[in-house]
Amino acid sequence: MNEKTSRPVQAECEIISNRKVGAYHHLTLAAPGIAEGAKPGNFIAISVGDSRTSMLLRRSFAIYQSTSRGPFGGTIEIIVAPHGDGSTWITERAVHDRLNVVGPLGNAFKLPKDPVRALLVGGGYGSAPLFPLADLLRQKNSRVEMAVGASTAERVFAPVEGKRSVHSLAIATEDGTLGSKGRVTDLFDNSLANIDIVYACGPMGMLKALSTIGDAAGVTVQCAVEESMACGIGLCMTCVLPVRDKDGTLKMLRSCVEGPIFDGAAVDWDGIGTIPPGTYGAPK
Amino acid sequence: MTQSSFDFRTTLGSAHLPNPILTASGCAANGKELSAFFPLEEIGAVVTKSVMNHPRSGRATPRMAETPSGMLNAIGLQGPGIDNFLREDLPWLVEHGARTIVSIAGESVEEFAALSRKVRNAPGVSALEVNISCPNVENRGLVFACDRSSAREVIEAVKRSVGNSLPIIAKLSPDVTDIVSIAEEVVSAGADGLAMINTLLGMVINTETMRPHLANKTGGLSGPAIRPVAVRAIYQVHQAMPKVPIVGMGGVLTGNDAFELVLAGASAISIGTATFHDPSAPVRIKDELEELLISRGFTRFSDAVGYAHRGQS
Repeated sequence: MNEKTSRPVQAECEIISNRKVGAYHHLTLAAPGIAEGAKPGNFIAISVGDSRTSMLLRRSFAIYQSTSRGPFGGTIEIIVAPHGDGSTWITERAVHDRLNVVGPLGNAFKLPKDPVRALLVGGGYGSAPLFPLADLLRQKNSRVEMAVGASTAERVFAPVEGKRSVHSLAIATEDGTLGSKGRVTDLFDNSLANIDIVYACGPMGMLKALSTIGDAAGVTVQCAVEESMACGIGLCMTCVLPVRDKDGTLKMLRSCVEGPIFDGAAVDWDGIGTIPPGTYGAPK
Repeated sequence: MTQSSFDFRTTLGSAHLPNPILTASGCAANGKELSAFFPLEEIGAVVTKSVMNHPRSGRATPRMAETPSGMLNAIGLQGPGIDNFLREDLPWLVEHGARTIVSIAGESVEEFAALSRKVRNAPGVSALEVNISCPNVENRGLVFACDRSSAREVIEAVKRSVGNSLPIIAKLSPDVTDIVSIAEEVVSAGADGLAMINTLLGMVINTETMRPHLANKTGGLSGPAIRPVAVRAIYQVHQAMPKVPIVGMGGVLTGNDAFELVLAGASAISIGTATFHDPSAPVRIKDELEELLISRGFTRFSDAVGYAHRGQS
């Protein structure tokens, strides 16, 4: 499997369905031309408002499911949390409305050639892109354990059909309203004794904690980061974070183009929000 | 509809472009990413991200905030440095048929001079944009375009470096009391054209954290929110110096918006923040503007430049 993403396409995509799922909305879009090239980890960027909108920046969403054919041609599914004016506008759209979509964007989760024992960890709706990843891993005879955490039950995204994608699914909520009470990292053996690779998507704090656990256990943690983006296509340079390249040089890399998937060990988690000393091109 | 009889060409000093639509520096990276959405040769020129002498990390995040009909940014000129740019980015643009306006930014007059010497010798450059107005510098006193003598010194040094080999376009800041006097200063110092406007300095305070939202505290405001400021600045400068070509920019989202800047006096229009909203914006706006000009009875783009000034003394 190649982690390289196909060329992004811009299209007006009809909304086929828009359902409320807990605190989120699950949207299915007819996205021919975009869906065909989509891989787990990729995202799409959607413009919000009408032609005279005052909200100019696109909103980015990890792709949950994609199908390359069907009654609507290719489809893309996303999970949207209505936490701001733009994302709320998207969740308020009706079936048959159209959204201007650019995608697929970003890199994808790297898949091992051989069967592995994989642990997939999702925080909040960050679990969404992990379900299609689980399907691909299982097709390659990997063993897939998933752990999903959220603040409260309605913020857990773990659909019934998704449970078929994994061998085991554990859930934790901080208030104990679903699954065990606590954090997602309480759900598995932190020595990662029976795990070959970890895939994670969720808040930065969770990704940092998992990268630390992975470092100690000598297990790679592929992290899908969520940084604030203006364009999603590599133009604006707003979504950068400090990441070590192959030569060990710390660089401010764009999460939309060089990411959103990074090797957790390469990210300077504590340096996010700063220009860490020694960064390539840092002020002297 | 596109009609072959319509003359869409424009000139910026000695640079001849097939149409007046450009990207805006800092809103198109160095072209590669946008080429997924349209062939770069379809627009008048790509204006590259302002490049400095050395590689530059830019500023800490958050670097951006959405604002009503606009955005605030404080990227801090993250970039590869001029040597890497000339080795990798510029040849890529040339190879892909893009006419290229290279934008340079320096922290000193000497840095601008050194940068322009390097660009002068590079093949495939249509013009040189001298960004003397980046608002995200350490010391606001270093915004050359806010001070007549600093602006003059930079442009004179660049002119000495490039001579007449490349048109020099000075990029101006609207954050000045009298933009006409700065424009006159840089033109008399050797600028062949003017790019205006750069962003306006602004600030957003996050009411949850109760602190400035940007790590840099202040940032440059762009988007349709600033378009009337751009129209005013272009109008004033065109009125004072009708023969000096102006690359107009500031919140152009549609062909009609571009037309407004043209009427004010812009000989070319850069598309900036709109490209974040719609990656196809440069070609879409080009088509919309052409259609609009034809529908208004223009047969040549150049006839529309500054048309709002007609009958004025």
